[in-house]
Amino acid sequence: MPTAETKKMHVTVSGMKIELERRGRGKPLLLLYGEEALETEAPFLDELAQEYELLIPSPPGFGTSERPDWITNVDDIAYVYLDLVEKLGITKAPVLGFSLGGWIAAEMATKDDSFISRLVLVAPYGIKVSGPTERDIQDIWTLNPKELMALKWFDPEKGKRDFPSMPEEKLAVIARNSESLARFCWEPYMHNPKLKHRLHRIKAPTLLIWGDNDGLVKTDYGKAYRDLIPGAAIRFVPNAGHLPHIEQPRTFMEHLRDFLK
Amino acid sequence: MQAWHFTEMPYPHLPPLDDIPSIRVTLPNKYFDPKIGADLYNRYLDEHVIADELGLNIMLNEHHQTATCLDAAAPLMAAILARQTKNARICILGNPIANRGDPIRVAEEMAMIDCISRGRLDVGIVRGVPYEIFAANTNPTQTLERLWEGVDLVVKAWTSHDGPFNFEGRFTHKRAVNIWPRPYQQPHPQIWITGSSDKENIKKVASLGYVFATFLQPYDKVKEMFDTYRANYVDRGLPTGGGVAYMPLVYTGDSDEEAEKGAQELTWYLKSKTAAQFRNPPGYVPVATNVKALQGAYSGRTDAVRGQGLDYLREQGVLVYGTPDSVAQQVKRFYRLVGGFDHLLMMQQSGFLDHKRTVRSMTLFAREVYPQIRDLPRTVAQEARASA
Repeated sequence: MPTAETKKMHVTVSGMKIELERRGRGKPLLLLYGEEALETEAPFLDELAQEYELLIPSPPGFGTSERPDWITNVDDIAYVYLDLVEKLGITKAPVLGFSLGGWIAAEMATKDDSFISRLVLVAPYGIKVSGPTERDIQDIWTLNPKELMALKWFDPEKGKRDFPSMPEEKLAVIARNSESLARFCWEPYMHNPKLKHRLHRIKAPTLLIWGDNDGLVKTDYGKAYRDLIPGAAIRFVPNAGHLPHIEQPRTFMEHLRDFLK
Repeated sequence: MQAWHFTEMPYPHLPPLDDIPSIRVTLPNKYFDPKIGADLYNRYLDEHVIADELGLNIMLNEHHQTATCLDAAAPLMAAILARQTKNARICILGNPIANRGDPIRVAEEMAMIDCISRGRLDVGIVRGVPYEIFAANTNPTQTLERLWEGVDLVVKAWTSHDGPFNFEGRFTHKRAVNIWPRPYQQPHPQIWITGSSDKENIKKVASLGYVFATFLQPYDKVKEMFDTYRANYVDRGLPTGGGVAYMPLVYTGDSDEEAEKGAQELTWYLKSKTAAQFRNPPGYVPVATNVKALQGAYSGRTDAVRGQGLDYLREQGVLVYGTPDSVAQQVKRFYRLVGGFDHLLMMQQSGFLDHKRTVRSMTLFAREVYPQIRDLPRTVAQEARASA
């Protein structure tokens, strides 16, 4: 349960209701969570909420956001979020995106990053740099579930979730999130072939953060991503997989604070 | 009652099934010996020709990347049999239109086979089973929508005769559709759609006058499905009319002992394992069903069924076996329990069941069982309305 004060609401943009959580107090920070939304329950987020008012939207099809049929990929979501930023009147704020959320943030930034003071991408998806028969991003949908956990987590115990103990409402969100991820990211798999040709447009100072032991998307991919964004830097988190903010929150927060100040 | 011979055309010569993590999707094809495969294809085709000679109809299906089914292209098998058989109706059940990606190719191929067979084709169009998503790489969250857009487009292609039409749908874009040939049967071949628990789907199938088919389900579930169909059926004037179809495993033997041995062979089909990540891709079933899955409602179920004995499977109507009179009794019992049905689709070959026993079973069925059930009445509503 979050300790900071939190408010959930819906904002209508692009003809759809988007769920928005406002958590904490201070200057606004746009936080785009990952496909499993684990960030919303992680301790580091409450810490961050002491220093910023976190604006945490749910993409179409995630949380309780609507999902119109015409939304078919992350590029579409980026435009919806740009509408949201305008509607909320955000003129200058840091943007922090995790995994799928990082991909969405990168897409937004290539279109209009005038509202972004600093851009932080934590193990984002979104580009493909290798050849047709190589995977930059391991296939979450064909891997054996145990294998997938071992790739994603330095300590798979940290990733275990007790679904039968969760309320039905929460399970419905989890199931729908999983469905929406497939709706938007199935093919091309977890990337936009155009994105790598657009990243040069990003003007906002950008930091990538990557777990040393991310087996789902390796650090080399992170470096390639960094190379495509002018002036971008990358920081690594030892003993962490795809979710360094959950496995090593202290190191993660150090990198983050360093960059945001 | 129409009777249809069927086999999935398996390649059973594999490492022990318990040693294989997944027979579907990932089993390497180094286990496929082309020489054995060639023999199997030709043997299965021989059996379908024998089915025709025995007065049975023929059902075909299509699966990909699996040793359980070597028929990776049902239209190919149907075309061969259209030429090699004389009387049998040939039902493809079905064209996996959501996975295939091009409904117009389906429309053309079906029209060709319909002409070659001079109107003996029934066209199943299916959504495709969950694990096939991976071979085709279709988006798993839209297979139902793709199915129905595909069906509508196939029917439009079959029934448009005045030159090209365009189609800019959600999943397919065509600029000038004008298929040559057009189907032999008028207005077009009967369409069969498969399903199980989705009631809305069944209602839709019935209201379009199509045939609804379901496989290997216990009789109480089948009755619910068939009742839903009958309550919603509308006669649209399609050739051979509407109705409901059921598939059990069927073995007819000269003696109880022989029948039991044959039935045991057929259960190979039920024993094959598919790895967990291929059984339920995201969005294939509705959120409510996935919530139940997360709660653990379905864990161990497949294994539980797999472990059941022959008697249990026979009691449920999933497996029909015995001497001819016993088989006839079992079919009649199932007919009563489900409120009647029109098409008996029979998986009469599976796993290691060899050619000799398969043909013997088929022959006993055709000669001594079918005459006892042939006159079981068709079941679509008497007060069927004429097509609009």
